[in-house]
Amino acid sequence: MSAISATEKVDGFTRKSMRKAQKQKKSQGSSQFRTQALTELSPLPQLKDAPSTEQQELFSQKLQQCCMLFDFMDSVTDLKSKEIKRATLNELVDYVSTNRGVLVETAYPEISNMICTNIFRTLPPSDNPDFDPEEDEPTLEASWPHIQLVYEFLLRFLENPDFQPSIAKRYIDQKFVLQLLELFDSEDPRERDFLKTVLHRIYGKFLGLRAFIRKQINNIFLRFIYETDHFNGVAELLEILGSIINGFALPLKAEHKQFLMKVLVPMHTAKGLALFHAQLAYCVVQFLEKDPILTEPVIRGLLKFWPKTCSQKEVMYLGEIEEILDVIEPTQFKKIQEPLFKQISRCVANPHFQVAERALYFWNNEYILSLIEENIDKVLPIMFGSLYRISKEHWNPTIVALVYNVLKTLMEMNSTLFDELTASYKSDRQRKVEAWRWKPHAMGMLL
Amino acid sequence: MSNPKFKYAPISVFLFPFYNLACGILLCTDGDDSLYPIAVLIDELRNEDVQLRLNSIKKLSTIALALGVERTRTELLPFLTDTIYDEDEVLLALAEQLGNFTMLVGGPEYVHCLLPPLESLATVEETVVRDKAVESLRKISQEHSPVDLEVHFEPLVKRLASGDWFTSRTSACGLFSVCYPRVSSTVKAEIRQHFRTLCSDDTPMVRRAAASKLGEFAKVLELDYVKSDIISLFTALASDEQDSVRLLAVEACVSIATLLPQEDLETLVMPTLRQAAEDKSWRVRYMVADKFSELQKAVGPEITKNDLVPAFQNLLKDCEAEVRAAAANKVKEFCENLPEDSRETIIMTHILPCVKELVSDTNQHVKSALASVIMGLSTILGKDNTVEHLLPLFLAQLKDECPEVRLNIISNLDCVNEVIGIRQLSQSLLPAIVELAEDAKWRVRLAIIEYMPLLAGQLGVEFFDEKLNTLCMAWLIDHVYAIREAATCNLMKLVEKFGAEWAQNTIVPKVLGMANDPNYLHRMTTLFCINSLSEACGQEITTKQMLPVVLKMSNDQVANVRFNVAKSLQKIGPVLDSSALQTEVKPVLEKLATDTDMDVKYFAQEAISGEFSSINVLTE
Repeated sequence: MSAISATEKVDGFTRKSMRKAQKQKKSQGSSQFRTQALTELSPLPQLKDAPSTEQQELFSQKLQQCCMLFDFMDSVTDLKSKEIKRATLNELVDYVSTNRGVLVETAYPEISNMICTNIFRTLPPSDNPDFDPEEDEPTLEASWPHIQLVYEFLLRFLENPDFQPSIAKRYIDQKFVLQLLELFDSEDPRERDFLKTVLHRIYGKFLGLRAFIRKQINNIFLRFIYETDHFNGVAELLEILGSIINGFALPLKAEHKQFLMKVLVPMHTAKGLALFHAQLAYCVVQFLEKDPILTEPVIRGLLKFWPKTCSQKEVMYLGEIEEILDVIEPTQFKKIQEPLFKQISRCVANPHFQVAERALYFWNNEYILSLIEENIDKVLPIMFGSLYRISKEHWNPTIVALVYNVLKTLMEMNSTLFDELTASYKSDRQRKVEAWRWKPHAMGMLL
Repeated sequence: MSNPKFKYAPISVFLFPFYNLACGILLCTDGDDSLYPIAVLIDELRNEDVQLRLNSIKKLSTIALALGVERTRTELLPFLTDTIYDEDEVLLALAEQLGNFTMLVGGPEYVHCLLPPLESLATVEETVVRDKAVESLRKISQEHSPVDLEVHFEPLVKRLASGDWFTSRTSACGLFSVCYPRVSSTVKAEIRQHFRTLCSDDTPMVRRAAASKLGEFAKVLELDYVKSDIISLFTALASDEQDSVRLLAVEACVSIATLLPQEDLETLVMPTLRQAAEDKSWRVRYMVADKFSELQKAVGPEITKNDLVPAFQNLLKDCEAEVRAAAANKVKEFCENLPEDSRETIIMTHILPCVKELVSDTNQHVKSALASVIMGLSTILGKDNTVEHLLPLFLAQLKDECPEVRLNIISNLDCVNEVIGIRQLSQSLLPAIVELAEDAKWRVRLAIIEYMPLLAGQLGVEFFDEKLNTLCMAWLIDHVYAIREAATCNLMKLVEKFGAEWAQNTIVPKVLGMANDPNYLHRMTTLFCINSLSEACGQEITTKQMLPVVLKMSNDQVANVRFNVAKSLQKIGPVLDSSALQTEVKPVLEKLATDTDMDVKYFAQEAISGEFSSINVLTE
């Protein structure tokens, strides 16, 4: 470490990439607070070799065997036992997915116990306290070789044709769901992917848990927005919600509207919006397709939270606005056009060309174009100043070219109005220049 | 909120009644121009531009003062209550302002007028706004008379506590403790009931808020109720299903344990605390480790001996590095606060074995946390134990692969120095210092430079000249500016310690030698050193040795060097005598003032006007 190479002497920054590489090597974590002592596992006979009268007993023994937890951060200990457990888990997965009649009532508590013992754990502290999900490699779960199979088993269990929610609900209860939801904060994307499917199945099969699941997701999101600003599984949860919203009955319950206005809309303020914006926008649009009346408050909400300095986010907001406009009803459009186009006019004049470009792309959308045409007398006066000015002043030639096209389209929509605005814009400018010119003289006279 | 559309109605709808207020001001001024600015401020409260509204809100006290107490109460406050639908930034400013509004509404008699706007602000989603509103409410609660507190304030707390949306319930949690001591016993019973309900609220946000205020609320309760009410709430929160709630109960544990008599602790608090120290979530265990010293003080020496010592050992051996690091940080404090009669035995038999293991921990944060406190143990254990048991650990940490660990040891050398003297360490110290001095990360180099004056003082001038001087000079030509800058500053501190004569013999020749270096950055370093050394070295050395070099450098071919000459001359001017200034410095500066380079000219002129104007005043 003490030797500094010649290149580093010249440029201290070369170390940065090396540091990063070092860090990425060790990106494994796991947290199991163990109180029980480890005992070595000994292999049991194969399930398929056992006579059918003993299968049930063996199944239960195997489930118990799989409750033993191992330390995967230490890759050399208990290798034999780890391998036995892995093989057993594989066998169990196979057993519940191919055999009928294995899910007898007495198996449920043992199955649930095995699953809970293995997957429910407090997630380890992040290796990297300022983990940036967009930049950094995630820390992967070290015990994945086992946990993956347990998730696999859980899914097969839920999907088994003999699976009976009426029995399972004693074990897959609110507490189970709560712990499952906490795991969505896992940094390991593989784990979150499994969780997503599992939660989706549970939501589908357990009607009694639906309201509870929605409420807890609500709580997770509120905490994410207003308290911690950190939760790894936001995108996955939103994805599930997208399909849940899709199934909402009409008219929407007050609870759902509240969720939209108080959770989904404020969620746009999150720092890591880029990670889940697609899913978020999907949920919002789902809501608006269900109940168009919500369009106005949603757009007003977005305008309220419109990013002031982050251009990348502005582009995302514009994308979402376009998605909303795609499904907007003309009456709703009329209600929101003024504040909305004031914002669009500011975006069009944004010095960051990606923002300007994204806003100008609205004019390539046939449906939006028809809405603008219908309301040209309102929209054109708002947009005109910005468009005219940047057609002369914007630094980026692509933007200028786009603006010319937009101006042309607008002119074709209502040429008289266009001419009037041009004239008044010019005389206005003239007046301003004169006023500026006269000022020193006026001051001189006063002095 | 029941009607979301309401929230997003245009602000002008709410401002309309206020428009009359602004006009009213204008009309009633009767040509009195002094109120005009106020009318403008009021007008700006409804401006479309957030910044203008914000400015105006920040000057709310001016507006209120101009309106007078009555109109503030009847017109301004109702208007502000409606403004709650504004941007969070404006609301934050408003929440803060209202906390200081008592006199502006007519004093304590009318302070309850401020409650409606603050109540609405306390239900806003944005945490910052809500917290500020609660803070202001707590502030003005003190200004309520006992009667007003029951008639106006307490009903507000109740409304918030039973609000539909979680935000108002979270806010309520912070208000119980301020009104509890000053209300009648029936109302007190109600308040306790409300708090109890919120502790088992079904939103975790509310339970967290309640848990975080549990200790504060316990403090204002009568002891009997602490035992009957608080303990059961504490136990429930400490076994909440969410670890974010459980960990807050640990904090409350400190306050509660302080309130209870010693004989009740064992039955009422300890079961919960033991459970927290072994919680399955590392966050809760971390919290216990983090609060360990406070807990130790709160439960007293006997429980510490029987319970906390084994708990602390477990935390030092925890499977999660985060927890071990937090515990390692507390090692010194924990040992210091152990009861004196058994302190040494406990440390030697229970704590030290764990500490020894931590020295070779796999996690560098754990090791560096330990390194920052381990030296403190030497004062507690005394000379013999330190030499026998601690010294090997210090030496091991001085050789640690992680620079932060070594730095932490070095930065605490003074503790050991007092007990066994630093000589015992110097053999291992030197390689550690040399290695840090050449570390590839400049921040590490910077950190070790900052300890140099301290080290020099403790190791003595001989050791320094022999071993460390070369390092100090090498930093002057480091390739990072921050290091060169710190190195110059270091030289100044060394001269202050070892004196001018030492400087003249060891440092000054080397510094001045660099004036002929082919690299202009090194030549500039000479100037920077002179800037900081001249005062410590005194007039003689500055005039005789440094000044000629500086003057000679005014002919340097690099403009940056030349304008730094001008700057240096201005800097060392006060140390020089006036004849040298007039005969030697002035001509050179005048020449530089006609330099071809713009910056050189500028700084030369700066120096001339700075230096000679003040000198002239002095000589006159």
